[in-house]
Amino acid sequence: MFSQPDHARFLPLGQLHALVAKLMQLGYQCLGPAVENGAIVMRELDAPDGLPRGLQAEQAPGRYRLTRDPHNRYFAWANGPQAIKPQAFAPKESLWRVERDAAGALQFAAVLPAAPMQAIIGVRACDLAALTLQDAHFMQEGRLDAHYAQRREQLFLVAVQCAEPGATCFCASTGDGPTPTVGYDLALAELAEGFVAVAGSDKGDAVLNALNLSPATPVQIAAAQAQGQAAAAAQTRSLPGRNLREALMSRLEHPRWDEVAARCLACGNCTAVCPTCFCHAEIDEPALDGQASRHDRVWDSCFGEAHGYLHGFNVRSDIRSRYRQWLTHKLATWHDQFGRSGCVGCGRCIAWCPVGIDLTEEVAALTAEVRP
Amino acid sequence: MSTPHAMDAGPPHTASVVARTQESPTIFTLQLRLDDAAAQAAYRFAPGQFNMLYLYGVGEVPISIMSDPEERDGIGHTIRAIGRVTRGLAALQPGDRVGLRGPFGRGWPLQEMGGRDVVLVTGGLGCAPAVSVIHYVLRRRERFGKLVIIQGVKHADDLIWREHYDRWAKLPDTQVLVAADEGAALWPWHVGRVTGLFDLARFNPTRVVAMMCGPEGMMRVTAEHLLARGLPESSLYLSMERNMQCAVGRCGHCQFGGAFVCRDGPVFNWGEVKALLAHRGF
Repeated sequence: MFSQPDHARFLPLGQLHALVAKLMQLGYQCLGPAVENGAIVMRELDAPDGLPRGLQAEQAPGRYRLTRDPHNRYFAWANGPQAIKPQAFAPKESLWRVERDAAGALQFAAVLPAAPMQAIIGVRACDLAALTLQDAHFMQEGRLDAHYAQRREQLFLVAVQCAEPGATCFCASTGDGPTPTVGYDLALAELAEGFVAVAGSDKGDAVLNALNLSPATPVQIAAAQAQGQAAAAAQTRSLPGRNLREALMSRLEHPRWDEVAARCLACGNCTAVCPTCFCHAEIDEPALDGQASRHDRVWDSCFGEAHGYLHGFNVRSDIRSRYRQWLTHKLATWHDQFGRSGCVGCGRCIAWCPVGIDLTEEVAALTAEVRP
Repeated sequence: MSTPHAMDAGPPHTASVVARTQESPTIFTLQLRLDDAAAQAAYRFAPGQFNMLYLYGVGEVPISIMSDPEERDGIGHTIRAIGRVTRGLAALQPGDRVGLRGPFGRGWPLQEMGGRDVVLVTGGLGCAPAVSVIHYVLRRRERFGKLVIIQGVKHADDLIWREHYDRWAKLPDTQVLVAADEGAALWPWHVGRVTGLFDLARFNPTRVVAMMCGPEGMMRVTAEHLLARGLPESSLYLSMERNMQCAVGRCGHCQFGGAFVCRDGPVFNWGEVKALLAHRGF
């Protein structure tokens, strides 16, 4: 976000509501951080000044606790469990419906979502990178997913630089953060007195111009840059490389898979919080009167019993093969499909694993040189 | 390999059952016709491709197409009643409606087969995708060399289309080798593993295309044997099966390494999948 410092503006702390008000005025439903069930989730703001301050999230393997930020900042919290994936790839939605008449004839009809214009305030760099990967999957040339595309095109993304990464974060290692670089309409870096703000799209530029902000000073820009560098340096976890394809695919029978399988509950939490997981099941929900049926898709997990079901048996009947499927897809075969790893270093799978399995630790164990 | 149709993510098209044949106690064939006559006339597929068949109120299943691609009256699907959808499909009668979308995926390498011997090795009940190729070759016999049909079943009673095999065995330049692990009264073929028949197969390993369909263990053993006979890896193909729900490479269930079997397969060259096939659980 600092590639063109001449274009950076400064949004005083007391004017953050003016940005939200402008987005609301343009017709956007504005989503921002909110506390729900002890975690930060994205929810609709009811007023321009509705953004909470002073929230922080302490994260560790199998642990997530909200705390107070002593500096009372707006965006001192590291990512919450869900981020922005549901806004484009809905957890459950109808694809089509069918009606059956008395003679048994079927009438099929597509069901498309009514996607509202949505602005999301507080998007992290890892989640922008993840959204780019979801775009690659759902909006491939010639293979556009109409449901995804309809929602995606309505999004206005206000990214924020992460100043306080969680202990589970490793986006610096994957190259996806902590400072947003691409994929946003607006990006903010929070300093004590306000925000360095830059536009990443024409839409974002128009919003910034309408706010009549003064340019950010070189001192402010330097402070924001330094803050990003410090946040990267503060990260303690990492992956041993950005392309682990060969490292993992040559260790498919490594004993570590058995070890991790003994700890893994196959609950699927990691896949539910992963911002790049795209698997979904298609299910029918017939109406009670029997005259219609809805064909829905719902998020699915490769840890589930049914994911590998094949005419009477399961190709991945044990947890070992399911964990291996997940990890090798995410870090290895994703390269075959999309030209990069499917991991953006958000660390959610670590924090939200009920038994605290740490992907970076598993990868380190799997790829360590075998010692005699 | 060919992909004659663009993707079709749904909703399905309505189709009617025009004929139903019981092939064995659990296997049946549905001949379907799209209700929209123009759509039926325009429908094209390649042997080895599959359709998604939708049973009203229950769901969809991927079923390979077993009829001839030039047959315009209907589309044949041979199905084993094994799960929620297929057991429901088994109860359908002529006149009943289903949903159909397709065809999907990459079919058999028909272009490469021209002028060559054709070897088909099928196991268990996984013979429908291969039968479409057998019909294809037999109806265009002059375009191909020798035809070798090798089929293994667990029990003699599992062999469907028995009269076909009897008839094919009498054709010139056509060799039929059938084996059942367990025989039965009047079983005219080999009793034992199908691998015991490989040495009898007569083909020119430098001018052949071999295609396999069936359990992965059987296909691995078959590949080993054929490659040992001097068949180049590039001439060996197989049809894979995985859970498929969307059929357009999106839902993620059919992933086999980096491949989406529904879109990049179901027919693969041996070299594309051999490394991962060596590991159980993908």
